[in-house]
Amino acid sequence: MRNFSYKYLVTLLCLTSIAPATAADGNSIMDNGGSNPAAMACVSCHGSDGKGTPESGFPRLSGLPASYIAKQLHDFQAGRRENALMQPIASALTDEEISSVANAYAAQAKVNVAAASVDRPVQGTGAWIAQRGAWDRSIPECTSCHGPSGLGVGSAFPPLAGQSAIYLAAQLQAWKVKLAVADKKRHAKKQDLAARRNDPNGLMQHIAADLTDAEISAVAEYFAGIEVSDEPVDAAKLRLR
Amino acid sequence: MKFSMKNLIAVGLLLCATGAYAAGKLDDQTQLPKAPGKDAGVNYFKPPADAELPNNAFGELVHRGEALFVNTKALAPKYVGNELNCVNCHLDRGRKARSAPLWGAYPMYPAYRKKNNKVNTYAERMQGCFQFSMNGTPPPADSEILTALTAYSYWLSTGAPTAKALPGRGFDEPAQPKAGFNTANGKKVYESQCALCHGDNGEGKKVGVNSVFPPLWGKDSYNWGAGMHRINTAAGFIQHNMPLGRGESLSDQDAWDVASYINMHERPQDPRLINGDIEATRKKFHEGDGVNLYGVTVDGVLIGQGIK
Repeated sequence: MRNFSYKYLVTLLCLTSIAPATAADGNSIMDNGGSNPAAMACVSCHGSDGKGTPESGFPRLSGLPASYIAKQLHDFQAGRRENALMQPIASALTDEEISSVANAYAAQAKVNVAAASVDRPVQGTGAWIAQRGAWDRSIPECTSCHGPSGLGVGSAFPPLAGQSAIYLAAQLQAWKVKLAVADKKRHAKKQDLAARRNDPNGLMQHIAADLTDAEISAVAEYFAGIEVSDEPVDAAKLRLR
Repeated sequence: MKFSMKNLIAVGLLLCATGAYAAGKLDDQTQLPKAPGKDAGVNYFKPPADAELPNNAFGELVHRGEALFVNTKALAPKYVGNELNCVNCHLDRGRKARSAPLWGAYPMYPAYRKKNNKVNTYAERMQGCFQFSMNGTPPPADSEILTALTAYSYWLSTGAPTAKALPGRGFDEPAQPKAGFNTANGKKVYESQCALCHGDNGEGKKVGVNSVFPPLWGKDSYNWGAGMHRINTAAGFIQHNMPLGRGESLSDQDAWDVASYINMHERPQDPRLINGDIEATRKKFHEGDGVNLYGVTVDGVLIGQGIK
């Protein structure tokens, strides 16, 4: 009898732990969407391999840090990151689903570069902004935070290498100060607010604001154009600048 | 822990350093004049644009110097004992005003320095960087490495007057706040503004072999003999340059506080350590060297024991 009740307990525990786990299975959310139908399947825009649809501006999520993805989804929910397509989707996800889908994307392949460029960048190009910055406007080298070849650093500085150029340029534009309709109503002073204002310590906003549109396009194209490889990168060959 | 003028004097810590501040004497061991204040409307010296570099043997040497400057650890591993590169303290490849630009340093040498009590050439000054800031071994004065770094500095100084302290040279240190400095507030500033990149324990962050965010203390950072171990010097660097791209955002107080928090942590021993005696080393090399915590006991712990 004692033995039986133990088994019974284990079975019960398994059943109860399986049920929510299935509901918030990360891979299932990618393929089929969340429990709320408004949380559409991620794969329809971000691709079955998580590498995005660059030509449509849907970003690569494969291999991004789980805490970065989870933060973005929570920021969409809270309106710190405004996007007509993603805000309703993020808002339809539960906290548990966000955590699961973020972990599932983090487990996919990280971006890797074919070979680090050893060429000196030419002034006036996207590579120049990436590796030299524009210090006359206090704009640091992109790589000084996003790492060599823009491979990403830690969970706060996402990879830029191989990311959609349309997406990268759109994010830089979103950080520029603009009137957000929703916030104009909320704020009596009608202060200018950027569509994206979820950068830690405000590190990106002033950079985006001080880049010209031409520089934004050029630097987005530069990172999008870095040749991505499936082979492991030779870390010894990577250079920040 | 709070260090105000009053309690500093009362406990007899840093008496000399604070006194030097009050009297406005030269407190810095470099013995070189600081940058004059920048008048409104006056622009900083502008080093030449990259495109102006001639495509010849000289241009090649300058490029080599620049490469060494930004990838010091990777290209001169024999001489670098930590995870730092020259560019970590000299932002924008040594071009940025108030980040100890090379155009503000090169034309000031040869110069007398109390640090080694002699007239130093520019090559000797750079050897000091390798020994202390890079916690390494100085390359020989006539080495290819120092020759290339000299050529690069000379190029950046094109058109700058010699022996004239230019606005923007050094780190333009803010004067110590009247209330002194407070390491507890420094910890708060560090956690909210610095830890994101430099890590909770000042360890920095690497990608592959590259240090992306330089370590600020611990075995891979500058040693106890480096100029940056002075709270006044670090406060200047931090206020004008940190967080990266958002310089000039911290108050004098916050800059001093966070500099004191960073510089109360252990780092590699001062290579000039006298017979293993921290107190003797403090008296000889640190007592008159700006404001620093080397050899000082804080909360019952002796600072300056070094870390390997």
